[in-house]
Amino acid sequence: MVSKHARHSSLPVYFFRRLTYFILKRIFTYIPVMLVVISATFFMVHAAPGGPFDDDRVASPEILKQLNETYNLNDPLITQLGNYLVNAVQGDFGPSYKYPGRTVSELIASGLPITVELAFYAILFALLLGVLSGIIASLNPGKFLDYLPMSISMIGICVPSIILGPILILFFGIWIDILPVSGWGEFSGDKILPTITLGSAYAAIFARLTRGGMLEILAQDFIRTARAKGLNETRVVFFHALRGGIMPTIGFLGPAIAGLFAGSFVVETIFQINGIGRYYVQAAFNRDYTLILGISILITFFTLTFVLLSDILATYLNPRLREKGSMN
Amino acid sequence: MKKISLILFVFAILSCSSQESLDVESANKQGILLLDNGTEPQGLDPHIVTGVTEHKIIIALFEGLTMQNPKGEGIIPGAAESWTISSNGKELLFKIRDDAVWSNGDPLTADDFVYSWKRILTPALGSKYPDMLYAVKNAEDYNKGLINNFDLVGVEALDEKVLKVTLRTKTPFFLKQLAHYATYPVHPNTIEKFGGISNRDSQWTRPDNMISNGPFILSEWSINKVIKVNKNDKYWDSDNLKLNGIHFFPIDNESTADRYYRSGKTHNLNIIQTEKISKYKNEYPEEFKLEKYFGTYYYRINTDIEPLNDVKVRKALSLAIDRQILVDRVTKGGQKPAYSFTPPSENYYDPPTYLPYDPSLARTLLAEAGFPDGNGFPEFELLYNTNEGHQKIAQAIQQFWLKELGIKVTLTNVDWKVYLDRQSQGEFEITRAGWIGDYVDPNSFLDMMVKDRGNNMTGWSNSQYDEFLMKAAFSESEKDRITYFTEAEKILMDELPIIPIYTYTRVYMLKEEVKGWFPNMLDTHPYQFISLED
Amino acid sequence: MIFLANFYKNHKLAFFSSVFIFGLVFLAIITPFITPYSYAEQNLFLGAAPPSSEYMLGTDVLGRDLFTRMLYGSRVSLLVGFLATLVALTIGVLWGSIAGYLGGRTDSIMMRIVDILDGLPFVIFLILILVIIGRSMTLLFLAIGAFGWLSMARIVRVQVLGLRRQDYVLAAQSMGASNLRILLNHIIPNVLSSVIVYSTLLIPQFMLLEAFLSFLGLGVQPPESSWGILIREGAITMEEYWWLLIFPSIVFSLTLFALNFLGDGLRDYLDPRKTQQLS
Repeated sequence: MVSKHARHSSLPVYFFRRLTYFILKRIFTYIPVMLVVISATFFMVHAAPGGPFDDDRVASPEILKQLNETYNLNDPLITQLGNYLVNAVQGDFGPSYKYPGRTVSELIASGLPITVELAFYAILFALLLGVLSGIIASLNPGKFLDYLPMSISMIGICVPSIILGPILILFFGIWIDILPVSGWGEFSGDKILPTITLGSAYAAIFARLTRGGMLEILAQDFIRTARAKGLNETRVVFFHALRGGIMPTIGFLGPAIAGLFAGSFVVETIFQINGIGRYYVQAAFNRDYTLILGISILITFFTLTFVLLSDILATYLNPRLREKGSMN
Repeated sequence: MKKISLILFVFAILSCSSQESLDVESANKQGILLLDNGTEPQGLDPHIVTGVTEHKIIIALFEGLTMQNPKGEGIIPGAAESWTISSNGKELLFKIRDDAVWSNGDPLTADDFVYSWKRILTPALGSKYPDMLYAVKNAEDYNKGLINNFDLVGVEALDEKVLKVTLRTKTPFFLKQLAHYATYPVHPNTIEKFGGISNRDSQWTRPDNMISNGPFILSEWSINKVIKVNKNDKYWDSDNLKLNGIHFFPIDNESTADRYYRSGKTHNLNIIQTEKISKYKNEYPEEFKLEKYFGTYYYRINTDIEPLNDVKVRKALSLAIDRQILVDRVTKGGQKPAYSFTPPSENYYDPPTYLPYDPSLARTLLAEAGFPDGNGFPEFELLYNTNEGHQKIAQAIQQFWLKELGIKVTLTNVDWKVYLDRQSQGEFEITRAGWIGDYVDPNSFLDMMVKDRGNNMTGWSNSQYDEFLMKAAFSESEKDRITYFTEAEKILMDELPIIPIYTYTRVYMLKEEVKGWFPNMLDTHPYQFISLED
Repeated sequence: MIFLANFYKNHKLAFFSSVFIFGLVFLAIITPFITPYSYAEQNLFLGAAPPSSEYMLGTDVLGRDLFTRMLYGSRVSLLVGFLATLVALTIGVLWGSIAGYLGGRTDSIMMRIVDILDGLPFVIFLILILVIIGRSMTLLFLAIGAFGWLSMARIVRVQVLGLRRQDYVLAAQSMGASNLRILLNHIIPNVLSSVIVYSTLLIPQFMLLEAFLSFLGLGVQPPESSWGILIREGAITMEEYWWLLIFPSIVFSLTLFALNFLGDGLRDYLDPRKTQQLS
């Protein structure tokens, strides 16, 4: 249990100082990213033809002018952007144009829990399936139990969610008719198909990463030593090898979660789930300027944060990296 | 192992339903109507919103001076128990019910109506429906900011319960417009409390804030989940209310809605999926409803552009469309081929116009216009907003025109806002369009095609047509009015600046225990008349 | 020939994948000669018919032959995939090699830009762009390519960082060759092999993106088709007409498979060492 000991002794103040420095430095770099995201989104939504108040019933020009005035849409764009930024920094993302009386924060608050739940289940599903099949494959290199999970994982990578989703619906929702095909939390079991659809691609990637990581570790001396000492194989695999073998998976966790949020657009559209992905697409079509901006900021923030967290986690779990203090 | 218990845990979460909702049977016992209401409403402010979804909730919460007659196209008294109309038809006196009160007990007064109409006409509020009151003297000028003194607008409170309305001209359908939610009253003190008369983003429509005068009061509003209303005990006719509450579910997915209905979570299925129509019709004839709807699907032609400015070309385009096969084979939703702009109604207005399918006549006309077999006819663009239904129809019509006339059409589908934008800028050749009347009167369709009306957008005008509509507005008898409308309709169908395709129908399911739900062309079903049988 | 034989021997899957892809491209090119039907001509009386001897894969709701529409759709999907990759490749190689070659401040600024762009939610940007400018195939691949070059630039940069210290580059520099000349003659040719391998992996990603945008209703205009559009139409009508979903899905998935296998195989073949690191 050398490594365990090493962990305790290598958590000095120095480490946390470096960690804080590292996080602060990264957060500092978020500022330009956020600014670019906000201004690019801002100018793009305003350049899009049609405005938030265009409707079937053609409002008179006088009324449209009034509406634009009410929401300061007649000001120069740069002034509008400035005002938006000032308010956004204070946490005010403005009113929704499509839903008068609702604020952007309110709408996001109603959709975000659903997306987070979906992403959480999907990542859990992907981890369980991916890591398990990766381990199985790595323990049987070149054998049937290697090819089977790895071929299936190739399917996971190559069958995109726009195909997997409808096909799952066709099989389980229509032909066998045992699972609901849309919604979230409205009928029992309606969370299963979206979870699988969103998670499967990542399950496949995790499987490959775990297999690769495990193969590398299993070939190392300390595993051979452990086996030679007659340690229980389960113990060797799960307590000694997995710790290193799962590193590539953990390294990919951040990008994966970020990717899950992007992927939720598709899955929420296919299964008509009212999460923020679907809000986002609809807001773009509705020209709900403030809602688009709000969700852009949120998604960018999540993406950056998860990548950061995953980097920290990977560094923390990897003794080699940690001791070298390579987090700069 | 930990992992296995974790898997079990996850699947336990995945498989359990997160909310307990009422089923139809227990709802019947409690007198609660469970409605599939399409999508999440934009809002519940009667002066701001514009949609059908919103309409269905707002008529439960508020009540106007008049009310849609559930059994037909006319109106019945609402918050006003009676009214008198002066002999020139310009002055109306409404007697508001003595027992009509707001849900907090305040009496509903004539002043409340004056305030409410002032509100919807206030330019800064930016309401999309102020034209529902444009018949009122000076209302349009006030709304457009030409006058700033609301006293000049033809509405005043003679005393607490008497409202006097002065119209700019005789308007036979004004009483029908008063059944529309845009003319409904709102509670002045509440409006003032939450940001004043011109605040669009007011919080007054939230459950704890809203004071309303309709048969129900708002009790819960969860975004994308449910809107619940409870019986309003202070409603003047609450003794006759049979429902104790209504739950409106915003289910915008047709297949989810279908599941809701089949598993007994709603009393109705708002839209039946096309492929299930014939099945449901045969298997559940008692629950299946196919009703006429006051709407027309049509193609709008830009008549400012060559060669579409030639009436012969427009006629040829219309003659080449087989509407019957289009509704039978393409739309398949029980729609009726449209042969007039205004949807016909046997007991009211049934224009004798007809738009035949006659390819050979179409070719002749096209040749007369200078394009034999479509030779030399410029390729033009058919614009529609992205939607599977519009797409199928557009592709079918594209094919009709190519095969019968040799005319090439490119299809352009753009998203909704781009479509609206291009249409209002006149940047189109032919676009798909749909219109649903706000009140059952030919005027709600035909007025649109008068010269320079905002929704005309075809560039077409005809002085004779405009004259007929003017005459209809001033005509003394209902019969004359209908005659003038019919003449106008004939002109329209002869010149075809718009090509009607089909008349909308409503195809839905309704549980048998829902009583007092009568078919009508506006698809309005006042909840005051609805009851649930066990 | 030796290359092919070697390739076949060591990477059978990748070999068959490339055969599949070449076959597909060939079919897409000769499409008008192999199907008697048009992708646009409708038969409303027929409507959606299941596969039969007359219509191999059935017809869609407007009575159009699905097989024909899939063939024509493959043209759009493949073309968008290839051209978008070409765009990404051009921008990525130029950006990456300039950054890597010049190094120093220029390099760090250029790579900061890449980092920032990487943080953007670019799916929504794609949607917005297609909405703003309108929808056409040209725009589709330009837009996709314009967002997809970031990782290409990174890969190229790392390679160029190694190359620019090579003797022949230093020699060229000392002989007074211009930077542009060195880049074009010495640097870029040397990174091309890994660029090509990576491109093979980009094509399926871009085809997928096209399919996704089509799925949202932002693809090419009807009556033209692409696999994404066919899958969208199939998903809408699958309850009644399963073949409209199943056949396009199978072909699209197989193509993605083949491209991924080919990419993996080529990577193995050209740089066996790297594969071990990556997998």
